[in-house]
Amino acid sequence: MTVADQVKPGMPWLPTKKEKSQKFVSFLLALIASVVLLFGTGLNGKLGWVFAFFISYVSISFITEYRKAGIPAAQDSLLTSISRFAIFLAVIPIVSIVATVVSKGWRGLHWGLFTQDMSQATVNDPITNGGMLAAIVGTLIMVGLALIFTLPISILTALYLTEIKGKFAGIIRFLVQAMSGVPSIVAGLFILSSIVYPITQSYSGLMGALALSILMIPTVARTAEEVLLLIPSDLREAGLALGATQWRTVAMVVVPAVKSGLVTAIILGVARVVGETAPIILVTGGGDATNLNPVSGPMGSIPFYVWKSFLLGGTEESSQRTWAGLLVLLIWVLLLFMAARFISSRTRKG
Amino acid sequence: MSTHDEVPQENSQPQSGDKMKTTTTPHSLADVANARAVKSPGTQPLGSGLEARGVHAWFGKKHALKDVTLDFAAGTVTALIGPSGCGKSTFLRTLNRMHEFIPTAALAGEVLLGGKDIYAAGTDVTKIRLRVGMVFQKPNPFPSMTIGQNVLSGIKLAQLKVSNTDDLMEECLTRAGLWDEAKDRLNEHASALSGGQQQRLCIARSLAVRPEVLLMDEPCSALDPGSTFRIEQTISELSQTMTIVIVTHNMQQAARVSDYSAFMLSDGGPGELIEVAPTNELFSRPRDKRTEDYVTGRFG
Repeated sequence: MTVADQVKPGMPWLPTKKEKSQKFVSFLLALIASVVLLFGTGLNGKLGWVFAFFISYVSISFITEYRKAGIPAAQDSLLTSISRFAIFLAVIPIVSIVATVVSKGWRGLHWGLFTQDMSQATVNDPITNGGMLAAIVGTLIMVGLALIFTLPISILTALYLTEIKGKFAGIIRFLVQAMSGVPSIVAGLFILSSIVYPITQSYSGLMGALALSILMIPTVARTAEEVLLLIPSDLREAGLALGATQWRTVAMVVVPAVKSGLVTAIILGVARVVGETAPIILVTGGGDATNLNPVSGPMGSIPFYVWKSFLLGGTEESSQRTWAGLLVLLIWVLLLFMAARFISSRTRKG
Repeated sequence: MSTHDEVPQENSQPQSGDKMKTTTTPHSLADVANARAVKSPGTQPLGSGLEARGVHAWFGKKHALKDVTLDFAAGTVTALIGPSGCGKSTFLRTLNRMHEFIPTAALAGEVLLGGKDIYAAGTDVTKIRLRVGMVFQKPNPFPSMTIGQNVLSGIKLAQLKVSNTDDLMEECLTRAGLWDEAKDRLNEHASALSGGQQQRLCIARSLAVRPEVLLMDEPCSALDPGSTFRIEQTISELSQTMTIVIVTHNMQQAARVSDYSAFMLSDGGPGELIEVAPTNELFSRPRDKRTEDYVTGRFG
């Protein structure tokens, strides 16, 4: 037997049984205290209880830590419990939204949703009549067009800011940042008043795509800029020192090095606009029939489908339509974000 | 300012080098410098010489480099030494026009490559950088490319025509001392190499466009002693065919690899060239008191 055979791997830094039971006791105490608080004071309801529990847990763990190890440890535990609580609060709405949409929407899902449109059905018909084909096709066309408009503009803007660093870089960066805060309805009104009313005088998918582009450009440009800034200047200098022009260095060294980051930027941009409702309602006319032509005739979209089912309905069927539409939209966004995460994590490893 | 032409030639006689070969371990910097045979300028008309004439450099209002006049004879290795902030790297970057990438940079003076000022109006700057290559402090292979693609990247970037890329790749990797380690891994990504190997890959990459002068900005400062030794060997081999200027903080390294050493110093103001001499002379009989203080380790 060597020494190594007798040694067992351990984790001496983990809390001992005693410490664990202490933690549990303070948790129980907090629970009891919160119930007492709930009945003893004006607090009531679920939220009131959460609040009472938070107060009692934070103060009890603060006191125990203080008695054990003094003020610094107590401050440490205070910060830890507050941030845990903040995370809890942040996660509640996300989980709640996803759970509600899935539980209410999944029953409305059926194959006809993807093969039929609403031209022969009203929102109050049974869910098996009609479907989202017009909406899905419309969203695909508009987001696709918006992507085509956005891609060159935003990537070139990001390159101007990081590579050319032109005279106007400062003001352009400021404008792009400001633009990302533009409310989406303003984008819709802008297209409506600058193009739809004075020029085309008709609603169409193209107008929707333009409105979405206005919202998408700042998102993609800013994300792309951040990704490009991560490239060490060493790499650019290496390219230039080899006798390359700046354009060749950017095209062959800088952009390939951030390719996946740029893809992520684009996906985030798409996810940003895919659920936009206000500008779409303003400028597309919102069709119920499947329309493949973006330059003429009203065009439907998933957010419009949801909005219309909700607004014009009031029956069981229409509310089921609304939830099913939301679920489809949510799945879209979820898939996009997963794709973005997958692509960016793959690069970090490679 | 002294230039190589003014340096007395007796110091480059090889007998001093022969004498030192009997010593097993060099003890002082002067011994190390003496242990290598000194190349005298003009005996090997290889590559192009580079001549800096009254070069000043500024960053915004800050005068960073003052009136540096220094010749780099063809086929020699010149080390630029001096404490941090003395303008060595700035000076090096004026030699292939990398200085101008700093937005506030300004410059005065001339840098002659093969007798022509590289800052003359109408000069194609990309051509200059093809002729005067550069190796950076931190190894910076292109991450999106394989080892092989990295070697040939200069050809692609500068849109040069090469008939046989395989031969060129082998030649450059061999000259950079990386061929044996990399020949079976040409399709791997450059990040798979160790730091020292990456730096040799960067040397190979700069060799592929066939520069006449190679500038090295502290090429070993991020590397371990083994890799440093390997790169120093590479420098010695390369100096057979090209002119090399190397910035280094390591005086031992300057003594080991260079034919000439130039000592630069800043007294809080702009960096200046204090003294340039054959390396063995600069380390054994510095003419300037400040050089002596620096090479004997009294400051810096």
